[in-house]
Amino acid sequence: MSGRSSVARRDPPWFAGALIVLAVFYFVLVLFLPLVTVFLEALRKGFTEYRVSFDDPDAIAAIQLTLLVAVIAVPLNTVFGLAAAWAVAKFEFWGKSALVTLIDLPFSISPVISGLVFVLLYGANGWFGPFLDEHNIQVIFTVTGLVLATTLVTLPFVARELIPLMQAQGTDEEAAAATLGAGPWRTFFLVTLPNIRWALMYGVLLCTARAMGEFGAVAVVSGLIRGETATMPLYIEILYNEYNSVAAFAMASLLALFALITLAVKTALEAQFADELAAQRIR
Amino acid sequence: MSVVARRPWRLVEPSALPGFGPALGFTLAYLSFFVLLPLTALVLRPWEAGFDHFWRVMTDDRTVDALRLSFGASFVAACINLVFGTIVAWVLVRYEFPGRRLLDAFVDLPFALPTAVAGISLAAIYAPNGVIGALFDPHGIQIAYTPLGVMIALVFVGFPFIVRSIQPVLEDLDVEAEEAAATLGAGRFKTIVQVVAPAILPAMLAGFSLSFARAVGEYGSVIFIAGNIPNVSEIAPLLIVIRLEEFDYAGAAGVGLVMLAISFVLLLFLNALQGVVGRRGKA
Repeated sequence: MSGRSSVARRDPPWFAGALIVLAVFYFVLVLFLPLVTVFLEALRKGFTEYRVSFDDPDAIAAIQLTLLVAVIAVPLNTVFGLAAAWAVAKFEFWGKSALVTLIDLPFSISPVISGLVFVLLYGANGWFGPFLDEHNIQVIFTVTGLVLATTLVTLPFVARELIPLMQAQGTDEEAAAATLGAGPWRTFFLVTLPNIRWALMYGVLLCTARAMGEFGAVAVVSGLIRGETATMPLYIEILYNEYNSVAAFAMASLLALFALITLAVKTALEAQFADELAAQRIR
Repeated sequence: MSVVARRPWRLVEPSALPGFGPALGFTLAYLSFFVLLPLTALVLRPWEAGFDHFWRVMTDDRTVDALRLSFGASFVAACINLVFGTIVAWVLVRYEFPGRRLLDAFVDLPFALPTAVAGISLAAIYAPNGVIGALFDPHGIQIAYTPLGVMIALVFVGFPFIVRSIQPVLEDLDVEAEEAAATLGAGRFKTIVQVVAPAILPAMLAGFSLSFARAVGEYGSVIFIAGNIPNVSEIAPLLIVIRLEEFDYAGAAGVGLVMLAISFVLLLFLNALQGVVGRRGKA
């Protein structure tokens, strides 16, 4: 940061000014305008109309469903992230880099494909479709399908945040605890967990944000049944396609608000605990 | 000459820490269920209706046009973001101005804002009666419901990748190199072009790859603004959804698999290019 003020780095004022103006313009056009539009469109017909759109029982059901899916998928991926990071960061074994690549893989496939693969397995024409049918179990077009797709899409978030950090921290503290006679769980909860808590929180935060906002993957497995398998983003699509713009943007404004809170908490965590968070920020 | 004895090859290096077996076992089981098994279905199912069917689906005009649009628009969007993302990263790292921290935090907005929310908002802005659409409509230029609209949505989702790739490299850049260039009489622009640019080029390419890969698979923010006219503004992920709705599982899986395969080859190429550029930058 000190390099910011080096004389050799001083650009001509007109040049610096022009670039700043250009950057701000790009921010306003590409980022701020879409964000502000969400709230403006939601309130276009006044606050009463905005508020009334939440009296819709299907809207309430969509909010509850979104929370339900997140409440299942996020803990699953948190436990997975902890287990994967423990194995990858604290031990040396053959095939480790292949394992890490596999953990990262869900980030590089299209959300639509993340939904599609579960239809290929558990749909009516899926590999396990006939078997599930015989036992009267339905996966696709139910909450189970939504959870599967959401879990796949958000799978890497916690693991990816923890692995680099736990690798950097090494094994000395845990080894000391084990030598002093602490059991595995005691070591984990009293030594490891305090060391990684902020990174864990960071990963869980990003995982939750994505789980609640996921659209493509759940669109494929949902079947869009109002009040039953329509999460908030899917219900936005339903309302939008019915030309119910105010209600669609009202629902969108809730998610946008949540996104702003996520950004604020994320920025605060980064500012406070920069050293305790992994350097890798790119998703 | 090193005289360190070669350690015997082991599947797992011995460790004093507990829990390797359960942690790795759980990780592998979880990845098998959520990643390996689903991807196996994606790889195997396109062929079940015979190679002829696969070939027919892939050479179908609609498929070819959708793939061309997805990859073409993603490429153009990544190029636009490469230019402006580099400027934004430069401005955020090198200049001090009011609101800099706020802008920095907002770079990640496209990660945090659910894609469906961005989608309906962009559609409202660029529709013929929208804030920006209305500026262009009188001149006969339509943005929403054309490939141009697809590209704009992809610019939005790809923006953070470039900035977040370049920022850390620019921050860690030694001030000495620039000071030396200035001392040796190079003008500021010559220094930027000949000293700074080669140093950040690999990061620019890395960001380009991430931004491009993300755009190819993007669904939620595109479908609202695209208009989804077959052969014109229909993206490949949407075609997957349509094939699924027609119960053509093999066709849907085929499009998904080809999308993944093309992305994979392009990313390999970009990675190789990054390696070449990186070596040249250091030389």
